[in-house]
Amino acid sequence: MSNPVIKCESVYKIFGENAKKMLQDSNGNVDAKTFQENGCIVGVNNASFEVSKGEMLVVMGLSGSGKSTLLRCISRLTDATDGKIFIEGQDLLQLNNKELIELRRNKMGMVFQSFALLPHKTVVENIAFPLQIKGIKTEDSISKAMDMVKLVGLDGRENYFPRELSGGQQQRVGIARSLAVEPDIWFLDEPFSALDPLIRKEMQDEFLRLQDKLQKTIMFITHDFDEALKLADRIAIMKDGIIEQLDTPANIVLNPATEYVRKFTEEVPREKVLLIEDVMDPSTNENIGDLKVLRDEIIENVAEKILTQEKTVAVIDNNNKIVGSINPTKIINTVFGGRKNNN
Amino acid sequence: MEFIKKYPKLFQWLFLLTVFFALCFAIDVPETYKFIRGQAEFVKDPNQSSYVFLGKEVRYYAFNVFWRLPPLLGWLPIWINDSLFFLMNEWMPIEFWNEDTQEFKTRPLVLQISRNLTAFMTFLIELIREILLGGLETVVAFTSWDWIDKNPWAELPGLPWTIVAAGSAILAYNLSGKGLALFAGLVMVYISIFGQWKPSMQTLSFILVAAPLSFIFGLGLGIAAFKSKRVEKALYPILLVMQTMPQYAVLVPALVLFGVGDHAAVIITMVVAVPPMILLTILGLRAIPPEVIEAGRMSGCNNWQLMFKVLIPTARRDILIGVNQVIMVCFSMAVISAFIGAKGLGFNLLLALNQLNIGLALEAGLCISLIAILLDKMSLAWANKQTDYFGNLTFFQRNKNILFFAATVIIGIILAYIGTFLFKGTFNYLFEVPHNKGISTADFWNKGVDWIFDTFFVYIKAFNTWLIQDVLQPMRALYLRMPAVATLVLVVGAGYLIGGIRSALVVCGLTLFIALSPWWDRALVTAYMATFGVVISCIIGFTVGTLCFQNKHSTNFMLAVCDIFQTFPSFVYLIPVMMLFGITDTSVLIAVIVYATIPATRYTIEGLRSVPIGLHDAATMSGVNKFQRLTKIEFPLAFPHMMLGLNQTIVFALFMVIIGAFIGTEDLGQYILKALSDKKGAGIGFTLGICVAFIGLIFDNLIRTWVEKRKKHLGID
Repeated sequence: MSNPVIKCESVYKIFGENAKKMLQDSNGNVDAKTFQENGCIVGVNNASFEVSKGEMLVVMGLSGSGKSTLLRCISRLTDATDGKIFIEGQDLLQLNNKELIELRRNKMGMVFQSFALLPHKTVVENIAFPLQIKGIKTEDSISKAMDMVKLVGLDGRENYFPRELSGGQQQRVGIARSLAVEPDIWFLDEPFSALDPLIRKEMQDEFLRLQDKLQKTIMFITHDFDEALKLADRIAIMKDGIIEQLDTPANIVLNPATEYVRKFTEEVPREKVLLIEDVMDPSTNENIGDLKVLRDEIIENVAEKILTQEKTVAVIDNNNKIVGSINPTKIINTVFGGRKNNN
Repeated sequence: MEFIKKYPKLFQWLFLLTVFFALCFAIDVPETYKFIRGQAEFVKDPNQSSYVFLGKEVRYYAFNVFWRLPPLLGWLPIWINDSLFFLMNEWMPIEFWNEDTQEFKTRPLVLQISRNLTAFMTFLIELIREILLGGLETVVAFTSWDWIDKNPWAELPGLPWTIVAAGSAILAYNLSGKGLALFAGLVMVYISIFGQWKPSMQTLSFILVAAPLSFIFGLGLGIAAFKSKRVEKALYPILLVMQTMPQYAVLVPALVLFGVGDHAAVIITMVVAVPPMILLTILGLRAIPPEVIEAGRMSGCNNWQLMFKVLIPTARRDILIGVNQVIMVCFSMAVISAFIGAKGLGFNLLLALNQLNIGLALEAGLCISLIAILLDKMSLAWANKQTDYFGNLTFFQRNKNILFFAATVIIGIILAYIGTFLFKGTFNYLFEVPHNKGISTADFWNKGVDWIFDTFFVYIKAFNTWLIQDVLQPMRALYLRMPAVATLVLVVGAGYLIGGIRSALVVCGLTLFIALSPWWDRALVTAYMATFGVVISCIIGFTVGTLCFQNKHSTNFMLAVCDIFQTFPSFVYLIPVMMLFGITDTSVLIAVIVYATIPATRYTIEGLRSVPIGLHDAATMSGVNKFQRLTKIEFPLAFPHMMLGLNQTIVFALFMVIIGAFIGTEDLGQYILKALSDKKGAGIGFTLGICVAFIGLIFDNLIRTWVEKRKKHLGID
């Protein structure tokens, strides 16, 4: 496997006056309560993980769980108290100011919850801003920005000011701005949380479309578990600064690591998350019917077909080779079983 | 006991008051005590005690320490004076090349710096003044008098008033629209026709120098304070004192450092105008959402780009509100600086008041007020103006304002040229209407004043006598009757009850400073006048504010009235009261009341308005009537904000009381006025200013602490 794009090794972020000293004394075993008694607040507690190229890692947690702090450590908007962060093998915390600016100008883009547009610049000027900061000529940056305007579907509104746009449109500008320098790494801090549900869904679809095209390495922060399931390659669930579990959506739903994670997954409609391969029987038994389903199909999409069968259904891979089987009752159990009452 | 437990605070306050009154009654007035008139203090009296500190002898009348503390800080003003004198005349003599005599000359460093600064300021003011009015000085500054004698054509001609009037109308149109443009044009025409052009332009040139400089310094310091906690901490107490220091107390040290005239006034104006700019810059930068800063950082801004491309444009509105403040402070200083010889409208006003020519004073005052409103409206319009997209406009559309202005310049010059033929032998009215050659209504007003005096003299006199004899004198006596110790106990006790030990210590320090200065009695007189003004102002302001709040239109109307009145420099308020009540304490107090009612009214309305709509609805649905809603919902919630209004009212009242010295009071202000004409007055004036500022700060500290606690308690910000 190639080198991970983002790599964190026991990252700590603790707010407070003598955070550093307390962290040293605690030897890595940080207890939020004792720290709080001493006037320190634990933001991120021993976070270690890797994000590989083209992967989308969604960090999920309720407010105050430290997810935004973690993101700000990795973008170095705040300095981590301890630990190591590597961006494409470069030690982020060792960079001096100039190198850091260079990194941000070329490698990183970030989208913010409240859009954070510059009120005195038009849509296209906002998008061109990071380019102009880099020192690119005005005409070039504007023409590049116009491409971005088209990419996010705002053509015709490029000369509007942020105050004249709706929330969804403003966030499109935010997204376009973060993509203007063609970054490899894309940070999104609750980008859709301030939008109302319909627009949010629209923006999520739009976002998936973009990612399909661009294949960036992404860290996406959200407090919405459904959003995390919909978008993520892998999900990290955070609580009180600790990453409780980091796994694929299916694994999180099927095998919650802690009680806290289990509570989240309880209400999740499994048929929308799990793939056939997650629930299939790997042994191919005798009584297989004519219907074949792909192993990486989401259950919801094929459930109806399977349930109309009486026999067990064959599961095939992309090469049309049978890799397992699935019984209609298994589907019923997956969708309706395992919930609070009948567990 | 039950009662005490139920209302512990009330009991504590009662206890404090009991102690206070007990002290008042227990400590007798010493037989030798009499309220000392100003002059007596310069006469050496064998009954006086004296002590020597830092080589300065301080003489004073000793009393029982409980009655009046000895003036242990009496050496401070003398010491400040001597230090200033030493700095200016003896410290660090350095050789400087003298251009005129072509030789080296030994001069103390500070004096040289002050002279250079002065020369620079004078040059700037002259430059702008001559652009507006014409003159020689600027050209001379680059050449010499000899050269100008040989080349008499090389004189700045000055702009005809028509161009300035049209220019300001175009600017106003650009900033706001037709309404303001019309107003700007009319104001300028009025100024010109009534022969106030020259002094107005002198005042304007003063502002055009002082305001941009104050803006630059204020913005710079504001940014520094925003970036560094340490700078902010160092600036904070200075800002606090400067905001409660009466404006003309700072004139006195300026006199010593920079001499008499416009340049000194400009420099000292900056000292006064920079603090609000700093505060608003910090406020504006703080209000930027952190995500915008992060967005800037993630776009790869370095610190410089972040500040000038992200932070300052985002905080544009707050910063421009700061500019508005700067302009208004500069204007008000431009008027008051007449006391140290700044030319312009203020000077004419002062002259007219000194001659008791109320008519002329009214005309100058009206001009001042109109310009104040115009400047205020224009700078606010600038702050509220949002940038428009201009990329798709044609050359003409983009530059139409410049083109229009160029056209007016040409037309104005042509008109002025035609004027030279039209008004042969007289003044060229199309170029400039000379001072006092315009229409004057002064006689009319003077006759009006005479008529008022003839007709209502008896009533006014009766009112005056009643007020002074039955209200003011007893009140003053009561204040002076307070033993120093009792006052201290009361103030410190209040501090402790409101804000705990910290507040008590701060208040104690501030009070002790005044008590140990030689002017405790005077401070009490100031306090009594201010108290009287504040009480009446609050009663009027709270009532008017509450009544106006009942109706949306009257609310807006009242706020607009407050806006307009607030822009007038405080000095202007003295004109109408002198007109009606002559030169008495009553006049000062009425001016105080009028001036201080503005913040009381405004904060009442704002406080009531800030009560959330949701609460209104909830109250209405609970079935309260209007009166119940007012007393049970609106007042309790608006009260903290109204108390901030009280705070402002106190500051305004103090300012006015001090300026009232011009009419003749016998408080601290009188001494400041005296210090202005005293060669050794700098130390005294400065210390007096600090005393007044401290009176304000005592109340400021108590009220603010209380408001903060109360707001926290109510959960509002």
